[in-house]
Amino acid sequence: MVSASGPIAPTPFTFLDEVQARTPGNPHLNQCIQCGTCGGSCPSGPDMDHTPRGIFAMIRADMRQEVLKSNTPWFCVSCYYCIVRCPQEVKITDIMYTLKRLAVEARLYGDATAPDFSKVFINWVENYGRSFELGLMGQHMLRHNPFGVFKMASMGMGLVSRGRMAFTPKRIRDLEGLKNIIAKAKELEVSHEV
Amino acid sequence: MKYSYFPGCSLEHNAEAYDSSSRAIAGPLGLELVEVDDWNCCGATEYISLNMTAALALIARNLAQATKNGLDQMIAPCSACYLNLSKCDRYMVTTPELAERLNTALAAGGLSYQGGTIKVRHLIDVITEDVGLKTLASKVTRPLKGLRVAPYYGCLISRPGLRISEHNPEYPVSLDEILEALGAEVVDFPLKTHCCGGHMTQISESTGFDLIRQLVKGASDYQADMIVTVCPMCHLNLDAFQNGMNNFFKTNYQVPVAYFTQMIGLAFGMSARQLGFGTSLVSAGPALAKIGEELPAAAPAAGATKRKRDDKSLPMPTPLAAGQGKGGSGKGQGQEVSR
Repeated sequence: MVSASGPIAPTPFTFLDEVQARTPGNPHLNQCIQCGTCGGSCPSGPDMDHTPRGIFAMIRADMRQEVLKSNTPWFCVSCYYCIVRCPQEVKITDIMYTLKRLAVEARLYGDATAPDFSKVFINWVENYGRSFELGLMGQHMLRHNPFGVFKMASMGMGLVSRGRMAFTPKRIRDLEGLKNIIAKAKELEVSHEV
Repeated sequence: MKYSYFPGCSLEHNAEAYDSSSRAIAGPLGLELVEVDDWNCCGATEYISLNMTAALALIARNLAQATKNGLDQMIAPCSACYLNLSKCDRYMVTTPELAERLNTALAAGGLSYQGGTIKVRHLIDVITEDVGLKTLASKVTRPLKGLRVAPYYGCLISRPGLRISEHNPEYPVSLDEILEALGAEVVDFPLKTHCCGGHMTQISESTGFDLIRQLVKGASDYQADMIVTVCPMCHLNLDAFQNGMNNFFKTNYQVPVAYFTQMIGLAFGMSARQLGFGTSLVSAGPALAKIGEELPAAAPAAGATKRKRDDKSLPMPTPLAAGQGKGGSGKGQGQEVSR
């Protein structure tokens, strides 16, 4: 099902079990009643390959590959409308984060724009302790939308000239400690995989 | 009242006005803010999309750092920081296995944190609940009379039900009440809890810009002079991306966006400069004029980094505008034309 080079070994669980286990707290995914309130409430729903309801049906049908290839989780804007409206208290936003992580691990996402954005963002945080907007936007746009740099230039200059964008990232004092914490946490994430 | 204060990365740079105005109004409101020492980024929505344990450990480090202040409450003005911090704290209370894992990670940096130790609160909740609307109103020396404002909460504080305070996730009213207490004319803004799109402009322009368009158009249709927000991400999207959105849809909206702390400061009689006005890309000049306040003449070095336009360089059509030209000059009325 998954290519031999992929990091995911066949699991004894269903895909539904895997998604549940990898989401913090109890995501209540197995209680979805397919009412569609989530998709109807979603501001970016029209741009998704499958609505959240569709994705949840596919998860239950064990369609791992298709789910992780979908753009659905990457179009989630984390607005939590679905969560507050879900009659079954399914933690939809948190499940979308889980699907993103699983897709990154399995390298199954179709368009790399969103995962790369997250990676560049985090790269600055892991190495400085703080986020760095100019570096993030510059790096991201050069990779995915070089033409956009020109379109964004006036906005970027507007922010810079108003003192709202720094040229250099800020570094926290105990960067060493933070790096140790992150390294340990990453170790624990791997060993925790189901 | 003494609180730990977690500014977050946005408030250091693009939302500096939110930070300075929050600190400026803290004194008059009787709030003492003690910044969390050596805090780090909360990871926004990006880290949790890649690695759950690392994302939560990154957040937990801030909670651990906050305990060093010896205060049990922490204010986060940024909605994303607020949500991440309170969510992580909640997980550490409800999921002991996860809490143990996070503490193992924290120990590698010589720290530890027990879930529930720090009560994470958004600044707006502290103002409505701890300070109270009565006290707030009593400090008003310059009511914002005649100013029509659209209160915009965004999603991360309205939802997802992590707030201790009682409120309706789809129709909160605390910001409405604050602005009313300041004397402003508050628009019953139907899009008050809609999403600004977060980082979506970087992922899909059509999706991101449309979310921004709906909000700006909504405020404009309701004839609001400005949108008032409680979140740096919302501010960035609505203000900094407003012209990009205009270009995308061939529209010409110019709705200024301000932080609620800036509005409180104005009503307390503080100057626009002190509150960081003049640093947004859409000019708040016309709105401020309604309450007799002038936009600070030229934000720090506005236009200074640009080449000075030499009048003799190229023949330009003279009747550009009555008084001011477009941008460039950087002086005069501090016009914030961003194109």
